[in-house]
Amino acid sequence: MRNKVEWAYSEIVKDHFMNPRNLLADETVYKEDGKGKIGNVKCGDEMLIAIQVDRDTGIITDCKWKTYGCAGAIASTSVLSEIAKGKTLDQAYNLSAKDIVKELGGLPENKVHCSVLGHKALRAAIDDYYRRKVISATKRG
Amino acid sequence: MDRKVYLDHNATTPLHPEVKKVMSEAMEIFGNPSSMHGFGRQARRLIDESRRSIASFIGGKPEDMVFMGSGSEANNTVFNLLSCSAKKCEAPHIGRRQVVTSLIEHPCVLEAAGCLQERGVEVAYAPVDGDGKIDIPEYEKLVSERTALVSVMMANNETGTIQDIKKIAAIAHRYGVLFHTDAVQAAGKIPVDVMDLGVDYLSMSAHKIYGPKGIGALYVSPGVPFCPFIRGGHQERGRRAGTENTMGIVGFGKAVEMRSKEMAGEAGRLLLLKSRLRAGIEKNIKDIKFNGHPSDVLPGTLNVSFDGAEGEAILLYLDLEGIAVSTGSACASGSLDPSHVLIASGMDAERAHGSIRISLGRDNTEAEIDYTVGKLTAVIDKVRKISTTGHRS
Repeated sequence: MRNKVEWAYSEIVKDHFMNPRNLLADETVYKEDGKGKIGNVKCGDEMLIAIQVDRDTGIITDCKWKTYGCAGAIASTSVLSEIAKGKTLDQAYNLSAKDIVKELGGLPENKVHCSVLGHKALRAAIDDYYRRKVISATKRG
Repeated sequence: MDRKVYLDHNATTPLHPEVKKVMSEAMEIFGNPSSMHGFGRQARRLIDESRRSIASFIGGKPEDMVFMGSGSEANNTVFNLLSCSAKKCEAPHIGRRQVVTSLIEHPCVLEAAGCLQERGVEVAYAPVDGDGKIDIPEYEKLVSERTALVSVMMANNETGTIQDIKKIAAIAHRYGVLFHTDAVQAAGKIPVDVMDLGVDYLSMSAHKIYGPKGIGALYVSPGVPFCPFIRGGHQERGRRAGTENTMGIVGFGKAVEMRSKEMAGEAGRLLLLKSRLRAGIEKNIKDIKFNGHPSDVLPGTLNVSFDGAEGEAILLYLDLEGIAVSTGSACASGSLDPSHVLIASGMDAERAHGSIRISLGRDNTEAEIDYTVGKLTAVIDKVRKISTTGHRS
């Protein structure tokens, strides 16, 4: 085998797969403002996203994640966590699978529909953030 | 990272050095084996020699062996017999409209069976137990005088589980049913004797046993029906048209010859290596399950599930360390379906997604096994830390 053999995925995917960014190391100590989970292990992919939000500006200040899944699933959630940080909640809510794939420098066609789910988990986390906000406002009121 | 550890011998094997040698010599033998002149006769002689070694290796006669392009072609050829509706065909299976196979066959058998189904042939699938062995009583219920063909693989490519082919064939024959076994993973790894097994057709392949790719063979028992899948020539006694692949056949013959010398010794060595690997995994990694039958199994095959870790991720992290294994899930091909073999043995989808196959071969060493255990332990730990499922190594 030669040393330089092409990998199944792009170099960006490989980089995120090898060095995942913003991994949620310990769920029990992370103070998130919203959390969302999508997919399930039976189907081969499950993603969890936790966000911290600046209440005054509505900007996502931190985004952490965990993923059960293939290399495409791991890399796509990792890259999404980078994209989401610094975005407003509205901007983040509108991120699509296409945005993630573009940032990854492409994914094999047959991988896109199954391994890119992070944006849905992010939306679930944002919904959770609003839900929590309503509850805490109700409590205060 | 320069170390390369190849642990995917059920996918394919490197050429045996002796095979390489005879193949490069055979490269010069370009004559058409059908030609009557010296060039042709020289090629013919090499092919005949190979045919003799391969036939004797599985206990058949040279005239019972039909060389084909692959194990898949051999399997397809057998299933193709059943779609024949020629008026003049008097084969005894004509008029029987059912085929029995199993849930754990190679995709080329399952798809060939599916194709028959579309042509109106009924296909029944024998179930397997938790160890991946054919459930014999359930299988027997499926076979009757309506059955034309039973096809059950001898050893499974994913788990290595070996079936009781002799018993399964005898049940088929009790109802006058033709019996085929896909022995692509078995022939050359464990003893195979067509007379003892009592099979009518047996498929084998060269590249799983240190021979070249692109060459396989079908054993056809004397007197059983046969119909060529590829037509247009008298080659292989009219059973498979196309100018013979002299170089491939020569390599196949040498591969089998080397197997007859090395197989038994290697099996013992691989079993020891596999025990070492298994013990290393058991000692270092929690929440695992070994799959397949504990003793009726190919000596070099180990299939293991890791809870909370997905197979393709494990495969690719190991690949980055230079270690080559395989996963039964079709994930890499874009389907999310977990291994049909593990699901058939009753495993839940969650665990099946986290399974890898490690298949050892003649070049593997103890040092490579120890290296693999170390890297695998670190990879599983890493994948589980990323995973949503919260498993800890």
